[in-house]
Parts: sequence; structure tokens; C-alpha cells
Amino acid sequence: MNWHTLLFYLFALMSCGFAIAVVASSNVVRMAFFLIVSLASTAGLFFLAGAHFVGAMQIMIYVGGTLVLLIFGVMLTAHAAFVSMVTKSSDWVLAAVFGGALLGLLALTAFSVEDWRVARGDQAAVTSSEGEFASSIGQALMGMRVDRLSEGNSQLEAGMSGYLLPFEIIAIHLLVVLIGAAYLARTKRRVGSVTEGVQ
Amino acid sequence: MAEFINSFLFPDQPDHWIGVLITALIHVVMIINVIAVGALVFIWMERKVSGRIQDRLGPTRVGGKFGWLQTLADGLKLVAKEDITPGQADSFLFKLAPYLSFTASFCAFIALPFASGYSWSSGWAAREVNTGVFFVLAVLGLEVFGVILAGYASGSKWSLFGGMREAAQVVSYEVPLGLCVIIPVMLAGSMNLVTIGDMQEGLFTNWFLFHDPFTFCVFWVYFTCAMASVNRAPFDLAEAESELVAGFHTEYSGLRWSIFFMAEYGSMFLVSALAAILFFGGWNGPFPVFATLASALGWEAWPTTGLLGYVAGLAGVANILFKGVVGVTVMIWVRWTLPRLRIDQVITMCWKYCVPIAAVCFAGALFWQYNNIWFLNSLHPARSRAEVRENWSVNELQLLTPSALHEVGESDMAKGIENEAGGQI
Repeated sequence: MNWHTLLFYLFALMSCGFAIAVVASSNVVRMAFFLIVSLASTAGLFFLAGAHFVGAMQIMIYVGGTLVLLIFGVMLTAHAAFVSMVTKSSDWVLAAVFGGALLGLLALTAFSVEDWRVARGDQAAVTSSEGEFASSIGQALMGMRVDRLSEGNSQLEAGMSGYLLPFEIIAIHLLVVLIGAAYLARTKRRVGSVTEGVQ
Repeated sequence: MAEFINSFLFPDQPDHWIGVLITALIHVVMIINVIAVGALVFIWMERKVSGRIQDRLGPTRVGGKFGWLQTLADGLKLVAKEDITPGQADSFLFKLAPYLSFTASFCAFIALPFASGYSWSSGWAAREVNTGVFFVLAVLGLEVFGVILAGYASGSKWSLFGGMREAAQVVSYEVPLGLCVIIPVMLAGSMNLVTIGDMQEGLFTNWFLFHDPFTFCVFWVYFTCAMASVNRAPFDLAEAESELVAGFHTEYSGLRWSIFFMAEYGSMFLVSALAAILFFGGWNGPFPVFATLASALGWEAWPTTGLLGYVAGLAGVANILFKGVVGVTVMIWVRWTLPRLRIDQVITMCWKYCVPIAAVCFAGALFWQYNNIWFLNSLHPARSRAEVRENWSVNELQLLTPSALHEVGESDMAKGIENEAGGQI
């Protein structure tokens, strides 16, 4: 067996298995831990595909973001040790309906793509593109699609402008959120310190 | 390497999984050795240095002179200790937490190059990652999970306090750390650690530390933030033994406790080696001994092939290990000199000092680089940095057919690269 296939199955199995474990577990902190493993396995899939930058992003943003979830989990349950969450049966039904609908939709879409249903013939010719991937992502964010430069079809040239506008919108949005969060945190403390001073 | 092993086992299948597994195991064993032997030496060093600073001798007996086997004796003691899980603890997470910390520290070593390999292709790393700096920082940030889980799962208030402090501290210090690391990345124009290291070859004046006054300042900010992010005194609030007994590892004993320490010393060495690559020229010594030797002997082809290139690689490994150990020594020295900060002082240090200084240095370095102002880096440049960064285009030029080469050769950039590649080195 090819090592690539073996590792793909390993990571895919870990990713799915621990995702199920997140749902099945009733302890918040254990859930967060299972979520970390599941997301890290997904990062492993990206590394396997040669997309080092996307994999590292997955670790930085998703796995690192779980940290905050974990902290909240600890803070919310710290008043009594190891609180277990009981899910109501009505919630189970609701979650099953929505989750099942989404899963069905995704599966249907995935299987409707013609190219994905049959294995490609020239598998020996496929090489992993561990090349200059991060720089082309960066250039696309700055407004030029290097991979589209050789595009002959003038209809598709519209996509060559890259993602500068969405990138800027997201950047400004995050800045506003950051300032808002800092403002909220500050005002609350100032009121508290004033009342303490009066007392 | 996997192909080499498979050529003995499965000559017809060069990428059979057994060969790849054996290759991976060899790499894993070597990295674990770097961490474990490193911890062995650093713990002994910590005891000796702290002893000297406190005007005593430190360990003197075990292993004859200087007590150099003291850590081994400590390790034997730890193995012999009883492995206790408190009744209050969440035993699954409690047992897992130290391994999680260690795994994060270990995984970051995968992308750390120890020498450039002295060829156009790859560095001496377990796996050369195209975005190495980013990968190392992302993975190293996961070490805090082990600490928080340990704090939570111990079922003890001391541990919980320690874990939550660590979380607040690490989340804060990732911001200035990232800002500091961006500056060498910006100067190099690459996130590949091998490329960043190679760009600083030649005399020690070519190190990014001497690129401009701002990079010189930002190194100290980086070192402070690195110390905080690996949870090292004076930022070791997670263990703060004067107030929290022992913080997150209060309930741990024996081998599990020592695994936390292996992870800590591993990360200490890792951030020091990263500092060496980003600011101190990595595997390049202060004087280019091998390049001078090769040009004196008239071996123009030495960087790509040959025994001298290999010996130069080994010297590079010695260089980076030395620089990393110096970094760890400074951390030990700081730990036994400065008193521990309070939690509010730690956070103030991060947001009111480290972040603004790093941001100003970033703007300053950008200004310096953009206007190409003279500083120590321009004193004796080994070769143009663009040439190191764009080596892939040299490779592609070599792979192209003669007619295509002629076409590409029209552009100025390609000409420049050809001239430079043919010229110095």
C-alpha cells in the first residue's frame, strides 16, 4: 500500500472519529479536547496534500481558536467540578434533522461532481505541489492572481483581480470588533473602580 | 531517504509505506534525542548556574567532576517515584496532558532546520516546510493546551489558577511574538527558515540583527516574548510556587511531571534556535570559514556536492546548537536574577511595552529596508539576498529547454540571476 493512502485513511478516520466523540461526550472540556484532535487531523490532511500554509493556518486559527473555547468551558464549569451536560431528547431530534439535512446536501453535491466519482487514470503522474503556494496566496490577497496570468479566455480574466477588496473589508471589520471589545471591557472596569472609590 | 530504504526492501515500489515508516521513525528518534539530551544538559546547567548565582557550588558528586550526571540521577529518582492520580481528577485528561505538551514541543522541531545542506535544494530539517516560521509558531502555541488541561483535570484550585493564568499570558504574548517574527520574514521575503538562514551567510555583519537599529531592538523584544510564551521565569506565573504551591503541576509526580519539564526545556531550546535563525544567521558562523577555504582551493562547485559541503553542514549544526545553548543559558541566567512578575505586570508588559515597541520597530525596519539605508549589513554582503530567495527561478531556468531559456533570458531579472549565480558565492 502507498504511504500516502495509508496516512490519508488514518487522518480521515481520526478527524471523523473524534468529531463523533465531540458529540457523544458530555463533559465540556473533554469535548474541547476531542475537537482539537479532530481539527488537528484535518490540518494533517492539508499537510498530506502539500498545502503547508493552509495546514499551518488550520492549526493557528481553528486549533488555536479552540483554546478560547476551552477557557470558557473551564470558566463556566469551574463552580462545580466536572459538570456533565445533559442534552434534552428534543435537542437531539432537532440536531439530527438539521445535521442530517446538511450532510445529505453536502454528500449530494459532492457525488454530483463528475470528476470526483471515478479515479483518475494517470495517478503515477500526480505530484504534490509543495511549491510556491504561500506566495501565490499572498499575492492573490494583495490583488493579483499569478495563477491566472496565462489565462487565454478573456471571460475568466475578471477573476484576475484577486481578493484585495474582501481582504480589506475583513481587516477593517476585525479592527472594529477589536476596538469595540476593548471599549466594552474598559467602560465596565471604570464604573467598577469609581463605585469602589466611593465606598 | 525513503526511496533509499525501499530500494533494499521493495525494489519495485519506491514509495512503499514500510520504507516511509522507517524513515519517519529515524527522524522521530533523532528529534526526541535532541529534546531529551538537551533537557539532560539544560537541567544540569540550570542547577550549576543557579548554584553559582546564589554563591554555592551546585551538584558536584554524581559522575565525577562537576556533577555532570546529576540529571540522570534525578531521572532515576523520578522513574522510581509512585505515579499518583488524585481521586478528584478527571483521570483521562490528567494522564494525557503532559503528553499533549510534549507533542506540541516535539512537532515544532519537525520544521526546524539545523543546517542549510549547502545546496539549492533543501535544509537539514526533518521536514522542510515552505512556511516554516509560521508552522513553528502555530504548533508551539499548542503547548499551552497541555498546561490548561493539566490545570483543569487535576481537580485542584491551585492547578486551575495556574492553568488559567497561563492561558491569559500565552494568548496575550502571541501578539507581540508574531509582530517580532514578521520583521525578519519581511526582510527576507520568505517564511522558509532555510532561506532566511541562508540569506545571512558571510561575515557576522550580515546577520539580520545588524540590518538596522530597529531589528537590533526587536530581537530583545522577541527574546522577552519568547521567554513569556514558553512559560519561563520571570513569567512563570503558571507555577508560581510562592502563591500556587506548584501551579498547574501541583498534583503531578514522577515521570509525568518530568515530561512537562522535557517539553519546557525543549521549547526553550526551540525558541532560542528560532532566534538564532531569524536574527543571528542560524547555521552561519561569524566568519565564513568554509566558503573562504573552498575559494582558496579553487573548488567552485563545493556548495552543492562533495565532502567539504557535508563537513560545512556539520559545522553549521554545531553553530546553531551553540547559539541555541547560549540562548538557553541567558534564559537560565535571567530566571535566577529577576524576581517573578505579578499577573497584571505581565499583561502590562505585553500590551503596553512589547506590542508598541514591536510595532514601531516594524515600521522602522520597513522604512530602512525600503529606502535601502546603509548599515552594518551593507558592509560585506556575501551575495545578493534576492538571489538566495529566488533560487527556485534559477532551478527552473536550468530545467528549461535552451530555446525557452533564451526567451526568458530577455528579461532583466533573469539576466541578473544568471550573472549572480555565475559570479560570486
